[in-house]
Amino acid sequence: MAGFKTLAAGLCALALATAAQAEPLKVGMITTLSGGGASLGIDTRDGFMLAVKQAGNPDLEVVIEDDQRKPDIAVQLADKMIQSEKVDVLTGIVWSNLAMAVVPAATAQGKFYLSTNAAPSALAGKGCNPNYFSVSYQNDNLHEAAGAYAAKAGISKAFIMAPNYPAGQDSLAGFKRFYEGEVVGEVYTQLGQTDYAGEIAQIRASGADGVFIFLPGGMGISFVKQYADSGVGLPLIGPAFSFEQSIIQAMGDAALGVLNGANWSPDLGNDANQTFVTSFQEEYGRLPSVYASYGYDTANLLLSAMGKADVKDADAFRAALKEADFASVRGDFAFGPTNHPVQDLYVREVVRMGDILTNRIVGTAMEDRGNAYEGECEM
Amino acid sequence: MIREGLLNTLLMLGLLAVPLIAQAMGEPFVITLATKVAILALAGVGLNVALGLGGMVSLGHAAFFGIGGYAMGILAAPVQAYEPLMTWPIEVPGTKSMPVIWAAAMAAGALAALAIGALSLRTAGVYFIMITLAFGQMLFYFAISWPAYGGEDGLSIYVRNGFPGLNTLDPIQFFALAFGLLALALLFAHLLARSRFGLALQGARQNPARVAALGIRPYTLRLTAFVISGAITALAGALFADLNRFVSPAMLSWQTSGEIMVFVILGGVGRLFGPVAGAALFILLEHWLGGVSDYWKLFLGLILLAIVLFARGGMIGALAGRQVAHD
Amino acid sequence: MSALLLIEQALNGLQYGVMLFVMAAGLTLVFGVMGLINLAHGSLYMVGAFACAAVAAATGSFWLGLAASLAAAAAAGALVELTVIRRLYARDHLDQVLATFALILVFSEGTRWLFGSFPLYLDIPAGLSGPVTLPGGLDYPLYRLVLIGIGLAIAGGLFWLIGHTRLGIRIRAGEADREMIAALGVDISRLYTAVFALGAALAGLAGALVGALQSVQVGMGEPVLILAFVVIVIGGIGSIKGAFVGALLVGMTDTLGRFLLPAAFGHIMDPSSATSVGAALASMLIYILMAGVLVVRPGGLYGRA
Repeated sequence: MAGFKTLAAGLCALALATAAQAEPLKVGMITTLSGGGASLGIDTRDGFMLAVKQAGNPDLEVVIEDDQRKPDIAVQLADKMIQSEKVDVLTGIVWSNLAMAVVPAATAQGKFYLSTNAAPSALAGKGCNPNYFSVSYQNDNLHEAAGAYAAKAGISKAFIMAPNYPAGQDSLAGFKRFYEGEVVGEVYTQLGQTDYAGEIAQIRASGADGVFIFLPGGMGISFVKQYADSGVGLPLIGPAFSFEQSIIQAMGDAALGVLNGANWSPDLGNDANQTFVTSFQEEYGRLPSVYASYGYDTANLLLSAMGKADVKDADAFRAALKEADFASVRGDFAFGPTNHPVQDLYVREVVRMGDILTNRIVGTAMEDRGNAYEGECEM
Repeated sequence: MIREGLLNTLLMLGLLAVPLIAQAMGEPFVITLATKVAILALAGVGLNVALGLGGMVSLGHAAFFGIGGYAMGILAAPVQAYEPLMTWPIEVPGTKSMPVIWAAAMAAGALAALAIGALSLRTAGVYFIMITLAFGQMLFYFAISWPAYGGEDGLSIYVRNGFPGLNTLDPIQFFALAFGLLALALLFAHLLARSRFGLALQGARQNPARVAALGIRPYTLRLTAFVISGAITALAGALFADLNRFVSPAMLSWQTSGEIMVFVILGGVGRLFGPVAGAALFILLEHWLGGVSDYWKLFLGLILLAIVLFARGGMIGALAGRQVAHD
Repeated sequence: MSALLLIEQALNGLQYGVMLFVMAAGLTLVFGVMGLINLAHGSLYMVGAFACAAVAAATGSFWLGLAASLAAAAAAGALVELTVIRRLYARDHLDQVLATFALILVFSEGTRWLFGSFPLYLDIPAGLSGPVTLPGGLDYPLYRLVLIGIGLAIAGGLFWLIGHTRLGIRIRAGEADREMIAALGVDISRLYTAVFALGAALAGLAGALVGALQSVQVGMGEPVLILAFVVIVIGGIGSIKGAFVGALLVGMTDTLGRFLLPAAFGHIMDPSSATSVGAALASMLIYILMAGVLVVRPGGLYGRA
């Protein structure tokens, strides 16, 4: 079957070669489409495919597979895409632990990897690679934004909290990097924890005047509902992924007024973003999330590089990617020396607009922020 | 009996033939799938020693599978970072040699099985299922929160470990290794079941009082079997980690325990080749259904349900036409 | 560390414990009466939460949602019992584990098919939101107090049902000697369906009540399922009293462990490794508790094994 597809693709390419000079490019998307974390992968895929559809470039072929949020499945899908499907570029992984399993091996085999989300510190520093590009951010960026802004938001004594796993430990380190106030409490919770009564009691007793949390997915929903109900009422700040479009609907009014560090927001005024938000809503009937915006940008970056160089010429294609010559929905966009974006970081607030909750930018936390681990990278 | 023997032969020939054909057709991913089947079947063979022969329903075998995986990661990861494995009290370098890693994985798995088994075998029935589950969960949470070996991110190696005389990066050669080990383990399990020890163990399952009356302590028999079982499953874990060039706490999760058990039950409990049939069917379903629908797990669930309800004795039982394993 | 904080944590542990009890009661009943290991019990918890969220969103009333959760979970339980579970009573535990493992897949993906991949919204009813001030000056969420009350009431109701009603007598007889009560003319299959539906309804109720505090999403039942198993194994399988004691033990151990362990380690090491080591140990604590209980009492605290 796969053999037949390749044959068909080859025939198509042959037919098109006479019309256009561009070489075909095959991209493999590995993302989470089933199980508990599926909403993030679905947004990534939908954002990516929207850009592909708008471009209408017949030379771009996309293969999509579901990793079930399991590292071993992701590795096997990467092997399959590289060995059988012969893809040139891989993309789409949502979770850091899956990225750690796939990216080093894929880049070691000379494939390009464009990250639509996960960008763990290990791949930003010691493990950096010229063929690895993070379109989204470096994992610490959004925590850094929250930390840099917290003092401005009047939080001088912060209580900080994250799950006890590497991304959680990175997040607290990222928050503290630019936070100017005092940290009065630091708590690691269990991964997947659903009841936070104990932690809320500690917050109440800590004498803090603000709380920073990094609790992705269902953990964040549970915490924010319980926190609102507890009546503690201190300002809450976190990274954008804890307060994303699909998540805040499930939090309801409990999420109103929460601040979150971000590099994108649906209300960013640039033209590319307005087009993106409108057409995403038309296509899928819901507001896009940050994951959708990263997917959309990644596809546009890839398309821009395709127009400049042939993927078979790795050096030229790498240079074309590095130019980042596309209209990002984040406005100005450039890659730093380690292939991580250098970008403005904002702080958003959760607001109600009509029937739905969404985010609105309230201030700029940092300008032209890059990768904190740049010094460790030898590339 | 003859039919089952024929079926087993066909099964092993099939598992051998698929990657060879795939090799000829230039489909390396199919070889990877077949390797996965062989490795997971090996894990099942390990569980089957406890489950089929000894009647010990362990829902914590992911612990040994994961320990094997981490043995690979902990030994091999320092090598790629050009660091020694430990410096105190003496400097020990890491290793990229599969035989050394396998020995370490089996030793670690056996040791863990000795500790877990010694405590768990004081209980029986559902309590045994649940206490093994508890030990598995303990290790799972420990692995997630302990930062030294990557926590939830796990440990990743860039190049597969080596085996003298083979190029393990070549999918078909790595398959040959996994298949060879599976065949060895099957032979071992066959001899074990026929040995005095194996007969006493099966006796202890069917009638503990009678075995005890012969002066053999069922507890010692069961513990020995549990340790053997843990060591084989740990070996499979080390291979699985090498297949993926990656190990993470996911290998220790209770879903992994459940899946290893599913392989054994699907194929037929206590049947020597049951885990091979079960793992092959499971991977086939996963691969085929995954391409059909985003909601493929729903259909997987329905198919598993149908097999439990209507094909008693597992696949081999259904195909060989005998519902109860010969014991 | 103030006494007030300790009291608040104890209340949290109690609230967590009673909700675990409501979840575990059905599991232990089903095992005690029918000898069945039901891994899909967590799915019924999820069904309850989704039914409550869907009905509450459609009607605007949490209480209608709560009623719907009871009805939906009981109906789902009865349906599953009639079509699948009743074929498993005569099988060994292995077949039961595999079949109910398969049911988890069916329920989880079926729910995702119906409701999509995004978490649903379910909030605490307006009258019960916010904190109240307890004697001594402690601010505590009213809803959690209500949960403690509901949990204790359900526990009382179950003890009464088992001890003083005709159904309870049959249930106890069913645990003791299955053939005998069938011989006495009790319709055993109807009894089994009723017990299973009762357990399912309790799980669904727990899912809806706790769902208002947490995230209503696919897969929410599985962590709770494992905890419920820990509870009934510590208590002794089949014993309602054991489930109650086990649930409170687990609730208290988990809540206080997460809070006290990092503080305790803070005395012997630097704060940031103390929080990380303390948190690591705290997450293993209830499993250590369970293994410890079983090593000393292989049949659980109130078990007969």
